[in-house]
Amino acid sequence: MLKEGEIRIPSGCAISGMISTSGKKINGSKIVKSIATMHDRSNGLGGGFAGYGIYPQYKDLYAFHVFYDSNKSREECERFLDRHFDIINLSKIPVKPNQTITAEPLIWRYFVNPLPTKLTDSQLDEKEFVTRSVININSNIEGAYVFSCGKNMGVFKAVGFPEDVGDYFRLDEYEGYAWTAHGRYPTNTPGWWGGAHPFAMLDYSIVHNGEISSYDANRRDIEMYGYKCTLQTDTEVITYIIDYLLRKQKLSLEDAANVIAAPFWSTIESMPKKEKDKLNYLRNAFPGLLITGPFSIILGFEGGLMALNDRLKLRSMVIGEKDDMVYMASEECAIRVIEPELDKIWSPKGGEPVIATLQPKAMAKL
Amino acid sequence: MAIDFLYPEFEVVRDKDKCIGCRVCERQCANEVHSYDEDLDCMVADNAKCVCCHRCVALCPTRALKIVKTNHTFRENANWKGEHISEIYRQAGTGGVLLSSMGNPKDYPIYWDKMLINASQVTNPSIDPLREPMETRVFLGAKPEKVEFNSRGEIKNNLTPQLKLDIPIMFSAMSYGSISYNAHESLARAAEELGTYYNTGEGGLHKDFYKYGPHTIVQVASGRFGVHKDYLNAGAAIEIKMGQGAKPGIGGHLPGIKVGDDISKTRMIPEGSDAISPAPHHDIYSIEDLRQLVYSLKEASDYKKPIIVKIAAVHNVAAIASGIARGGADIIAIDGYRGGTGAAPTRIRDNVGIPIELALASVDQRLREEGIRNKVSIVVGGSIRSSADIVKAIALGADAVYIGTSALLALGCHLCRSCQQGRCNWGIATQREDLVRRLNPDIGYKRLVNLLTAWNHEIKEIMGGMGINSIESLRGNRLMLRGIGLTEKELQILGIKHAGE
Repeated sequence: MLKEGEIRIPSGCAISGMISTSGKKINGSKIVKSIATMHDRSNGLGGGFAGYGIYPQYKDLYAFHVFYDSNKSREECERFLDRHFDIINLSKIPVKPNQTITAEPLIWRYFVNPLPTKLTDSQLDEKEFVTRSVININSNIEGAYVFSCGKNMGVFKAVGFPEDVGDYFRLDEYEGYAWTAHGRYPTNTPGWWGGAHPFAMLDYSIVHNGEISSYDANRRDIEMYGYKCTLQTDTEVITYIIDYLLRKQKLSLEDAANVIAAPFWSTIESMPKKEKDKLNYLRNAFPGLLITGPFSIILGFEGGLMALNDRLKLRSMVIGEKDDMVYMASEECAIRVIEPELDKIWSPKGGEPVIATLQPKAMAKL
Repeated sequence: MAIDFLYPEFEVVRDKDKCIGCRVCERQCANEVHSYDEDLDCMVADNAKCVCCHRCVALCPTRALKIVKTNHTFRENANWKGEHISEIYRQAGTGGVLLSSMGNPKDYPIYWDKMLINASQVTNPSIDPLREPMETRVFLGAKPEKVEFNSRGEIKNNLTPQLKLDIPIMFSAMSYGSISYNAHESLARAAEELGTYYNTGEGGLHKDFYKYGPHTIVQVASGRFGVHKDYLNAGAAIEIKMGQGAKPGIGGHLPGIKVGDDISKTRMIPEGSDAISPAPHHDIYSIEDLRQLVYSLKEASDYKKPIIVKIAAVHNVAAIASGIARGGADIIAIDGYRGGTGAAPTRIRDNVGIPIELALASVDQRLREEGIRNKVSIVVGGSIRSSADIVKAIALGADAVYIGTSALLALGCHLCRSCQQGRCNWGIATQREDLVRRLNPDIGYKRLVNLLTAWNHEIKEIMGGMGINSIESLRGNRLMLRGIGLTEKELQILGIKHAGE
C-alpha cells in the first residue's frame, strides 16, 4: 500500500478552534474536550492540535517539532540543523503512553534561530530561510519530517482519535491564548503520523474539513513558487496558498479569503465600483489559487484565528462568542460542551471569513 | 493516358423512381457532377467530379440521391494501399505537389479519446449547474508577479491587458480569402453574442467588420497582408502567426483567381495577384527577433492589446513555448497536427507536427517547471471536436481553446476536404458570389451561437459532476483525468495516471 504523500487520500473531518481575544491563557484540555464531542466525525486515523502562545519562555525562537523514523534520520537532520541554525534547546517532546496510540515515531522538539552567516549568505529573509530549510528537510532527509516550525506555537498530532492524541501529548500541561483541533476521517490510509493535521508552516497552521475538487490545479500552481506538496493533502496545499498570499503577496486576511473562496462573478458585478475592481483584480491575478469543492478551515496565525468556508458552504461551520472568547467548530455541540451559555452563535456564509484577533493590548504583550 | 485513369472515389446513386427531374442537384453542384440528358430524358452524374459534399443529397426534394464510396478496388495489399497507388499515378502524370484541405485525416492516435474524466462520489458533493452558479469565464493574458499597493495600502491594478472570455472557446484564424465574407460575418456576430473572439486570419480585416473589433483578434502573418495601424488597433488582441498545425514550417498561397476586388482591397494587394505568405517571417529568424516583433506590435497598439503568438505543435514545442513566454507574449496559441487548413501540401499535412494533447501537456508542464506558466495563457486548437475535448484540454493545462473545423461544420461544412478548389457548395470556402450567397449569415451566426451554448452547458455539467464550480479550478487539474490504453511513456508525457490507479 502506498504511503501518504505517494497517493492522494480524501478524508472527511471535524475541526474546532478557540481564542481568548484578551490573551487569557486557555488550558489545552479545553480544546481536547471540544473535539472529543465530535468523536463520530473522525475514525481514529488522525487527530491533532495547534496551540498559540504556548512557549512564552522561547517566544523569539522557531520551535521545530520533528517526527523521525529512526535515530539515523534524527542524526542526519540534526547535522543539517547544526549547519544552518543556532540550536538553543532540544529535547524529546514529553508524551504519556496511550494504548490506542501505536507505531510511534521519535518525536523531538528544537528551539532554533537561523545562523546569521547562513542567513546573510542565502540572501533570503528570515522566514523564507526557515521555510526553505523545512521543505528541504521534509523532501530530502529520509525519515525526518518537520511538522511544526513557528514561533511561540506548536503542533501536536498523531494517528488516533483526537482525544487520545491530546492525552498522549499531555496537552493539559500546555496553556495558550488560542487553540485549534482536528479529527480525521480518511477514506483509506496506512496511517502515517505526518499525514495527520493540523498542517503548519511558520506560524500558520490549518485544520481543514473537506475534499477540494481544485486540488491538482492548486498544487501545480503553488509549486511554481518554491513550495513542494509532499503529502498530497488538501490541508498542505491550502497552508502553502495562505502562506504565499499573506507572507509573499502581503494580502490582508480578507483578501486572501477573496482569492481562495472568491465571490462569484455575478456577485462581484453587483458590488460598488471600488470593491468590484478589487475583486475582479484578485480573481484575474490568482486564478490558480481559487479553491472549489467543500471545505471549512480554521487558520491559526500569530495573534488570531480565521474561519472560512468554501463559497457554496458545502461543509458545516459554526461560530460562537462569549465575552472575550470566540469559538469556531464543525458542529455547535463542540462549542456548547465547553461554553453552554453563549452571547452569540451563528453560521457564517460560504466564502465569508470570520477573523478573531487579539486585542491590541494583548497583542503587545506577546 | 490510360495508366493515369483513376476510378472515381465516390458514386452518385440516384433512385430513378424517386427522381422527378427537377434539376436542383444540377444547379446546386459547383463541381458540375449532375446534368440532364435530353436523349435519355433523365438526370445523369459524372462521378469523377464528385467530392462527397452532400449538397445535392441535402437539397434533393424527393431524397432520391445518396453518395457511396466506390467498391472498385485495386488488388488488396496491406502495404500498397489504393491511396498510395492513385497518388503515384497522379504525380507521375502531373509532376505536381499533392494538395489537400482541412486537418490530417490519418489514423494516428487521438489522445482525447484515450482520457477519461472524473466525477464526485460520496466524499465530496457534485454540484448541480441548474441550481448553483457554474462559472466558465476566463481571462487570458499575463498575470502580475507581485501585488502592488498604493500609499493608502489599497491594491493597485497592475494587470497588463487581458482578453475576457465568457466561455473558454474562441474561433481560430481563418482568413477572408480562404473562407467567404458570409462565413466571416457569421463568426464575427457569433463571437460578439457569445462574449468571445473570432480571428481574422492572415488576410486582413474587411472594412465592414471593423464594428466587431472588440470581439476580433487581428492576425499578423509572414505575408503581412492587410496589416496597417488601424487594423492593429481595430481588434481586442493581436496574433502573430508563426505556424499552423496543418502545415508547420511552410507558408501559404492564395491563388490569384480568388483575389477579387474585395479581397484585393482587404489584403492590400493587386487584384488577381497570388497572395504568397513566406514560410518564415523574414524579420524573424530567431527568438530574439520574435521579441522585437512582439514589442513593435505593443508599441504600435500603445500596450493596450495582449499579443498572442501562434505556433504549430512540433517536436520541441515546450522549449519554443518557453522562449515565447520569455519573449513578451501574453498568450501562446498552439495548433496541433490535426488542425485544419484551406490548402496544404498533403505530405506536410499528413506527416509533420505532433498531437495537440501531447504538445499541450509538455508545454504546460515545462512552463510550470520554469515558474513562468502565469506569465502567459495557453490556447490550444487542432482539433477540438466536442465539449469533452475542451474539458480534457483545460484539465491538461489550457486556458481556452480555438475551434476552426467545428465552427465550419456548424456553418454547414461536410468535411469533403476540397477547400483548395474554391468551389465550396456550402458557401464557406469559396469566393464565388453565387456560392457565397448560399451561406446566410443570419442563420450561420445563430448556429454557431447554438453550438457553443450547447457545449458550454455540457462543460458546466461535466464540471459540476467533478464538484468544480469555476473553470479556473479545472485548469491544469490533471488528477481529474485518467488514461485508458496508454503506455507508461504516454501517461508520463500527459502527466496523468492510468484508469484504476
